[in-house]
Amino acid sequence: MGKEGCRIMEIVTTYLVVLGFLLLSIFLVIIRVLKGPTAPDRVVGLDTINTIVIVSMIVFGAATKNIIYIDVAIIYALLSYISTLFIAKYLEGGEF
Amino acid sequence: MLSLIVDGIIYIFLAIGVFFNLLAGVGLLRFPDVYTRLHAGTKCTTFGSIFICGSVILLALKLWIQGNSDYSMLAIHTACALIAILVTNPTGAHALARASHRSGVKPVGAVVDHLEAMEKKAKVQKKEAD
Repeated sequence: MGKEGCRIMEIVTTYLVVLGFLLLSIFLVIIRVLKGPTAPDRVVGLDTINTIVIVSMIVFGAATKNIIYIDVAIIYALLSYISTLFIAKYLEGGEF
Repeated sequence: MLSLIVDGIIYIFLAIGVFFNLLAGVGLLRFPDVYTRLHAGTKCTTFGSIFICGSVILLALKLWIQGNSDYSMLAIHTACALIAILVTNPTGAHALARASHRSGVKPVGAVVDHLEAMEKKAKVQKKEAD
């Protein structure tokens, strides 16, 4: 653990700070989801929250060196895409 | 020396990514209607996540080259997650915009609506064909 190790510990701490800012961003979007006048507004907010949660999982996985979080993030991205498409189809109306 | 430069690039990428992700939150709060909110929410988060994933990939590649082969998995899996985000995020936003236009939400302050005119025209043409 020399100078190099210290610098890497600093980078890991920076990742945790970044995680805090991402959570703040999620909080801002949650206000819009609660306020949103129409249904598409809320869906847009949820879609944004999905993306930010994926990025937070990647940052947390990099900070704690657990690769399993990043695997979960990949699956979460694909499942949230399917759910967004399905809700969009529901809002649009018509046949499936 | 090279290691210091790579560290600097990692910090800069993280700063850009966090800045754009925060802009997404602020934009979602401040913009007036669905389409502008979609513009803020999708583009900013996609751009920010490119940079944050880029910084994670750079860190993992740096540690991998320094001899710790555990980090190769971190780099490859983060690249896979980045590709998943890049493919799914714009397509989902496109579907949402089309769905909200068809469900009857009008853009605030818009003077012309070419999509509505085109859809009306297509309907008339379909009726004439029948």
